[in-house]
Amino acid sequence: MRRIPYVVLAIYALVGGLGPLFIDYNPVRASLEDRLRGPGSQVSTGIAWLGTDGLGRDVLAQVVYGARTSVVIGLATVVVSCVIGVAIGTVAGYFRGWLDTVLARGIDILLAFPAILLTIVIAGAFERSVLVVVTALSATAWISFARVTRGIALSTRERAWVQAARVLGVPRISILVRHILPFTAGPVVALATLEFALVVLAEAGLSFLGIGLPNSAVSWGQTIANGKQYLATAWWISALPGIALSLLIVNIGILGDQLTARYGQRGRRS
Amino acid sequence: MIEVRELTVKFKRFVAVDDVSLSVAADETVGLVGESGSGKTTVARAIVGLQRPDSGTITLDGVRLGPVARRPKARQRAIQMVFQDPRSSLNPLMSVASIINEAWRTHPDSAPTGDRTMAVHRLLEDVGLDPSVARHRADELSGGQCQRVSIARALAVKPRLLVCDEAVSALDVSVQAQILRLLVDLRRRHRLSMLFISHDLGVVHQIADRIAVMRGGVLVEEGPATEVLGSPRHDYTRSLLDAALELNTHHGEVGK
Repeated sequence: MRRIPYVVLAIYALVGGLGPLFIDYNPVRASLEDRLRGPGSQVSTGIAWLGTDGLGRDVLAQVVYGARTSVVIGLATVVVSCVIGVAIGTVAGYFRGWLDTVLARGIDILLAFPAILLTIVIAGAFERSVLVVVTALSATAWISFARVTRGIALSTRERAWVQAARVLGVPRISILVRHILPFTAGPVVALATLEFALVVLAEAGLSFLGIGLPNSAVSWGQTIANGKQYLATAWWISALPGIALSLLIVNIGILGDQLTARYGQRGRRS
Repeated sequence: MIEVRELTVKFKRFVAVDDVSLSVAADETVGLVGESGSGKTTVARAIVGLQRPDSGTITLDGVRLGPVARRPKARQRAIQMVFQDPRSSLNPLMSVASIINEAWRTHPDSAPTGDRTMAVHRLLEDVGLDPSVARHRADELSGGQCQRVSIARALAVKPRLLVCDEAVSALDVSVQAQILRLLVDLRRRHRLSMLFISHDLGVVHQIADRIAVMRGGVLVEEGPATEVLGSPRHDYTRSLLDAALELNTHHGEVGK
């Protein structure tokens, strides 16, 4: 039972990574005689296993390409926000003083905004592109990394091995990297999985609203939005990518909880 | 050699150390005794430069010492410290060899010439550990082994003064006696000065030449060990002594 999230996520990674090699899809090529066909129907390019959308585009291909988009955007955002958040958090927690005060208050101010609002403002202010989406999502995602690592740095800096390194005269940067940073790894990995789920969901949300990725990219959010006017007649356009999205989010969530139970606690103690 | 003059340390409005003057001469071991909260650890932290004094000075060979990060390299390594909790004294993710090597990387002046691996083995043997311990991670060691590695790390940079802050208090009695014997032996062989801090007069009397007694941040009595123990002038010292005598039957006697 505990392996299920790993298996599901492996399938997503496999489909997202290798699927586009086998399935050909062009998001701007419409085929109007094939529009709104149900799952399994015969269309001009073969069999549409998951049906076609309002412009005659294959839904299966959109789900597969969308998986790749979600994983790429999710990974990029988590890596960016993790690096920024961990750097800020450990530095603030280790050095304390005015630097910590400034950073901690800055985080409080950012937390006063609903995260999705800040993301929408940033994403909406610029031309739609992958870079803008990653930036907009990272703008709020780094905060949890900073808060978790700051707490760990604050408690770890009082441990005797850090004191001993200071007495020895070990340079501060080495103390941070060697004696503080490794102890954030467990909780950060657990947090990264949960953040990944939130980011994937937020990206789909942005694309649904039409301020996420450009139309040339395939995103579950866009596909769901394209299908919303046909919900009564052609349910498969919105429902199938929606199922793909929820299945991914739920499984990452379970995995994140497992990792938190295993590493989150230990990271705080040792 | 090291001289603390009129040291005062406050935490907010609480005076942890109040006008304490203390000195440790070359080759001398000074025992600093007091109950928990008496300010003895704060004195130690000020001497090694982890705690900034609110007033007073700490001098090494007559030259004033600042916070540890601002001390010149040679004076940084002149004073080393062994901490109370053996397990958290060592980074649990690092191997014993890399812990020792970190000390040498920080102070190349004190690093051995030639093969570092052999030097680590010699150093470990010097503190009574098997050289095979070098490969182990710190979290695989026992409390006593951890404390020996801590001592080895301090000795690696050839200090002149070793500050032992309750260095044996967290160990069980038989290990306590071994570590104490090791310290007595090391200070003779390496001509170390030592500031030995403990709440336990029974332990201190086995190692100290002079004894200073602290209570509530104030130094209440100071003098040669035999005098302080033989005819304590202060009531507080006498009560500590009584407490120690009661416990002393549990301690293995260690020759000086």
